Amino acid sequence: MSGPPSARQLGLIACHVCDLVCEDTLDTTGPAHCPRCHTALHRRRPDSIARAWAFLIAGIILYIPANLLPVMFTGQFGDDQENTVMGGIIEFWKTGSYGIALIIFVASVAVPCTKFLVLGLLLLSAQRHSCWARRERARLYRLVELIGYWSMLDVLVVAVVAALVKFQALSEVEPRIGILFFGAMVILTMLSAINFDPRLIWDGDQE
Amino acid sequence: MNELLEPGDPAVSSNRWRISLVWLVPIVAALIGISLLVQAWRSVGPEINITFSSAAGLQAGKTPVKYKDVTVGSVSAIALSDDGTQVVVTVSLAKSAASLTRKDTRFWVVRPRIGASGITGIDTLFSGAYIAVDAGAQAESSRIFTGLEAPPTVIGGAPGKSFILHGTELGSLDIGSAVYFRQIQVGRVASYQLDKDGQGVSLQVFIDAPYDRFVTTDTNFWNASGMDVSLGADGFKLKTQSIGTLIAGGVAFAAPLWSEGKAAPELTEFTLTQDQASAMAPPDGPPVYIQLRFAHSLRGLSVGAPVQFSGVDLGKVESLSLDYDPAKRRFPTVVGIVLYPQRLGRVLEKLPKFAGDSQSQAALFLRSMVEHGLRAQARTGNLLTGQLYVALDFIPNAPKVAFDMAARPIVIPTVNGSFDQLQEQVASIVTKIDKIPLDSIGRNLDASLAELGTTLKQVNSQVLPEATQTLQQAQQTFSTAQGMLAEGAPLQQNLGMTLQEVQRTARSLRILTDLLGRNPESLLRGRPTDPPPITQEPKR
Repeated sequence: MSGPPSARQLGLIACHVCDLVCEDTLDTTGPAHCPRCHTALHRRRPDSIARAWAFLIAGIILYIPANLLPVMFTGQFGDDQENTVMGGIIEFWKTGSYGIALIIFVASVAVPCTKFLVLGLLLLSAQRHSCWARRERARLYRLVELIGYWSMLDVLVVAVVAALVKFQALSEVEPRIGILFFGAMVILTMLSAINFDPRLIWDGDQE
Repeated sequence: MNELLEPGDPAVSSNRWRISLVWLVPIVAALIGISLLVQAWRSVGPEINITFSSAAGLQAGKTPVKYKDVTVGSVSAIALSDDGTQVVVTVSLAKSAASLTRKDTRFWVVRPRIGASGITGIDTLFSGAYIAVDAGAQAESSRIFTGLEAPPTVIGGAPGKSFILHGTELGSLDIGSAVYFRQIQVGRVASYQLDKDGQGVSLQVFIDAPYDRFVTTDTNFWNASGMDVSLGADGFKLKTQSIGTLIAGGVAFAAPLWSEGKAAPELTEFTLTQDQASAMAPPDGPPVYIQLRFAHSLRGLSVGAPVQFSGVDLGKVESLSLDYDPAKRRFPTVVGIVLYPQRLGRVLEKLPKFAGDSQSQAALFLRSMVEHGLRAQARTGNLLTGQLYVALDFIPNAPKVAFDMAARPIVIPTVNGSFDQLQEQVASIVTKIDKIPLDSIGRNLDASLAELGTTLKQVNSQVLPEATQTLQQAQQTFSTAQGMLAEGAPLQQNLGMTLQEVQRTARSLRILTDLLGRNPESLLRGRPTDPPPITQEPKR
């Protein structure tokens, strides 16, 4: 085993919140708290993988109704229409607004799917204590955290448009139940990413 | 600094973390998902196929299906039928609309339409076409329907009644044509179809409540389409129901005045007559067919012309055809007429009754009438147009004619029409006029006029100047005479003197005669010497 020694090997433990490094006494004393901020001390986030899995699976489940149910209602001169995410993308693409179609596609299809895949990959590999491509996996994790901020783009668009376009009979936009599932899905995947302890990547099969 | 390097002593707690709690999140998510799925599955209703001739305005995945303006489904796919002649529209209905799949449910596409009865479907100009549904009533359900091309005029469940009308022809009626009662629109024509034997048309009309109770069992329906123009003895008449019926046609109905009928039940069958007069006419009863043979031409007699008996319309002319008489080499006209004895009314009760069927009864009765001089005659009904009608009348001194009892149809002998005789006389007059040599008269007159012309020219050129001269001379003469006769003229003076001389002469002559009277001897002896005692010398 090459590389720097881990905290566990040195008998140390860091607080998750204030990063105070403490002596690892969990084996002898049981559950312990950070002396400075009183946060529970763990060598790794407790149940990190299980929680991440739970949130990820919940997110994936909610992603299905988010895509099947309409997210937005547009009414124009009596031409009432309810759009799903994919329906909206296809419509934009057909009418020639390739840029908008692409943005929506990336924000609401490509990004969530990438997140599911990446998180699933990270969780699987961490579960198996795999030593494969650790550096790249760490980079993927940072990427997932980064794009997490932008995942709410759809929800934001619907919220803004629904607030702006209110011309009674002429034109009207209203949110529909699908966007709720979409937002919940984004939150759950973010929770999943937060709950994943990236240090697990580096644990490997040390234990 | 050294102290800080010492790791702090962790506080020990006996808190245990429940691992399984976090799994509630995906479980809840799954539950939500499953509930949505169940809901979606439960709300999915039947899928039906509707056949249309065209899919104009329909869009797969978009076009809604509406029942009473409530969206009950949407078009999920549009495809051509197997033979490519029709469009098959697949519609997924909502679960709540499953009752709309009854076999007689009707589907049609609502588009903007402009018809004689108005404009419909304006709202679809913006929203796009949609498929409308009219729920059926049958118990059986179906998955395959044939869409209507035009909206149905009668929506199921509308209060009112449907009736069936049988007519000989459709006229200008169409689906949606109005039905009038006392010229108020109370319903419309829902459908029409040719009878199976092709001998007439059947219409289904729908009368809205509450007017449907005015349709009684003895109500008469007639075609009120277009205009009814008539030129009768009481003048020119034009009759229409409304401007709408001029364009879209219409049906009117009314109960006869003597109506005692009750409200007709649904789908009662009625007869649709061509006009109001025939609709409101009392029933004609069984007809009697009669044949007439006219020796002369019957120009002006047309099929449908009335047959009158003593001024009463008894029937009409049914047929007109030519016959050939080889003996006389003539073409007599054979006229078939139909008589309705019922039209005679109460008189019928007073007439003698005969045994047998209606035809032989009529034959027996007509024989006695013919013996008393009953004849058929083609008379002129209208001098302007020359229209003829057939009159049955008693002709005095009519020659006896044998009446054939066995002939069917019954034959009534005929006589020439009154106008025919008049016509013959007029014709003879015209022939006489024709014989006058108008041509030569004209020519002679022309020559005479030419001669007169030359004569007048001569008069102008020769006689007139001489006459002028003569007149001038006469004028001179007259002026001379005037000069002579004027007062103080020598002639007058001479004449005066002459007259005085004559006066003197006359006086001396009287003196002489006096002298001679008294002394006749003086004629011989001369004047007596002694003057007469009393003698007066006339003064000068």
